[in-house]
Amino acid sequence: MAEKILLKGNEVMVEAALAAGCRFFAGYPITPQNEVPEYMSYRMPESGGVFIQAESEIAAINMMFGASAAGVRCMTSSSSPGISLKQEGISYIAAGELPCVIANIQRGGPGLGNIRAAQGDYFQAVKGGGHGDYRLIVIAPGTCQEMYDLTMKAFDYADLYRNPVLILGDGILGQMAEPVERNEYVPLCEMPEKDYVLDGCKGREPRVIKTLKLESNQALIDHNIHLQAKYAKIEEELCLLEEYRTDDAEVVVTAYGIAGRIAKGAVNMARDKGLKVGLLRPMTLWPFPEAAFERLADKVRKFLVVEMSCGQYIEDVRLATKCSKVVEFLGMGGGWYPTPENILEKIEAVY
Amino acid sequence: MSFTKSSVLKDQATHYCPGCGHGIAHRIVAEVIEELDIREKVIATAPVGCAVLLYDYFNCDIIECAHGRSPAAATAIKRVRPENIVFTYQGDGDLAAIGMAETIHTANRGENITVIFINNAIYGMTGGQMAPTTLIGQKSTTSPAGRDANNEGPPIRICELLSSLDGVTYLERVSVSSAKDVIRAKKAVKKAFTNQIEGKGYSLVEILSMCPTDWKLSPKHSVDFVNKEMKEAFPLGVFKDLTSS
Ligand SMILES: Cc1ncc(C[n+]2csc(CCOP(=O)(O)OP(=O)(O)O)c2C)c(N)n1
Ligand code: SF4
Repeated sequence: MAEKILLKGNEVMVEAALAAGCRFFAGYPITPQNEVPEYMSYRMPESGGVFIQAESEIAAINMMFGASAAGVRCMTSSSSPGISLKQEGISYIAAGELPCVIANIQRGGPGLGNIRAAQGDYFQAVKGGGHGDYRLIVIAPGTCQEMYDLTMKAFDYADLYRNPVLILGDGILGQMAEPVERNEYVPLCEMPEKDYVLDGCKGREPRVIKTLKLESNQALIDHNIHLQAKYAKIEEELCLLEEYRTDDAEVVVTAYGIAGRIAKGAVNMARDKGLKVGLLRPMTLWPFPEAAFERLADKVRKFLVVEMSCGQYIEDVRLATKCSKVVEFLGMGGGWYPTPENILEKIEAVY
Repeated sequence: MSFTKSSVLKDQATHYCPGCGHGIAHRIVAEVIEELDIREKVIATAPVGCAVLLYDYFNCDIIECAHGRSPAAATAIKRVRPENIVFTYQGDGDLAAIGMAETIHTANRGENITVIFINNAIYGMTGGQMAPTTLIGQKSTTSPAGRDANNEGPPIRICELLSSLDGVTYLERVSVSSAKDVIRAKKAVKKAFTNQIEGKGYSLVEILSMCPTDWKLSPKHSVDFVNKEMKEAFPLGVFKDLTSS
């Protein structure tokens, strides 16, 4: 069995990143993700990599642009306001098809908000956030173990698809400590050769990484067509989710991240009371697990969305189920989080 | 300066306006790279500004960065690949307005990179708006009555500003407005690259440069504008040199 470590979610993420070969980190302090740069500041040099406390989130994301172009596995992390600042850079990284991993340990918003856990950045994460037609692969761990395992995968997805990957966590997940099995890093498959890396043009033609496409009116359209084809391929190939007690379920509770984990407790409590309730917890938010929702929509009576925001994730649930079934809602923004009892009460009310 | 084109520049006509200083600055940088025999080690950053198409002209690895963010990208590239020679090429809007934070912090960290800073006192690419280096009284499309120190503040002198930072190794302001100036400019650029090769730290060369189009002056009058008015507001010289002691 793998060695066990007891660390906060934020620190677990660092350990996983280093295990996956991340050798460049830049970030700027913001609660509740401060453990990431703090822990990185000594663990990264120990691993032979580069740690930089950037002057801002903007600088940090543009350091990703450079580090990734230089060929190294790289990562930045922040929390909601800082992720907003990074958006221009994320758009450039997506346009330049540079792999990198970005973590958002979400806090309450909008504005400076508060430092409690929240899920108010769902739209920003899965619908864009920056300018232009691009997609991030968005991963939502619900436990510290998943934080470990999925962070390692995030680096593989980034390299495999040459695309930025966002880990969408929250303040609870970042701050809570749980024992985690330090599973060995095994690449998902053979990683593609990095034939775009800038390392000086010795013995080859010079390489250019650019996002300006002025060659013709068609140039940027062609680039968009290329990106869309890539996104379609990712949608075909990538889907992670947990489905729990849905076989005979009449009501399916659906939530992601820490809300999904709390909802699982509520599902068990409902089952104990004889209610036929299941859980669908996506671990990839983009691509969205549409097929699973379509399949369940055929057989259940209702869905209940639980999210720590005023209603963002629910829009994708409605889209994926084509509004064929009632979608109930339990959620609030600003740092609210549900207890299993809250969710059970809602289940009983809508069942 | 020789008139045969450096092999570091591609055999391609540039898009710069007649009398523009960017072309001369390109030549200087290219010749220095050739003389130091580092082309195959160079990773350059292109700015957002008139020089964004740098990658069409220079025969080396290039990354085009977001407006003002070259220093951050260059920092990362150099840290990941210390054996490579990394330079940024930035206009005054890119370096001294939107990218000022990155400029100051990259300088202060003493990143071992070379910064080529083109000060033409205007936003060229976007059509002649006021730059942080626009002179007092100078007209631009966003300061039509002329820059007023009471309203827009006086022009920012980057070499003087950065000279207070302990992390900085070498700062020099030069010009490309006369043959003599070009020779001096090339010496400064060569030193800035040599410093990096020798691991001496952050070097920045500020080049006063002509923008006839957005100054709405002839190429000849643009040269006069640099020689008379710009050099007065931005005195030439070495502002810091830790390598001379
Ligand atoms: C975030 C962002 N803001 C604004 C612009 C528009 N823009 C492009 S170039 C430029 C100014 C360029 O001026 P300068 O850096 O002085 O270079 P020059 O063109 O004079 O060489 C601006 C404002 C942009 N591309 N991106
Ligand atoms: S607008 Fe000015 S800076 Fe830009 S190419 Fe023309 S002369 Fe040069």
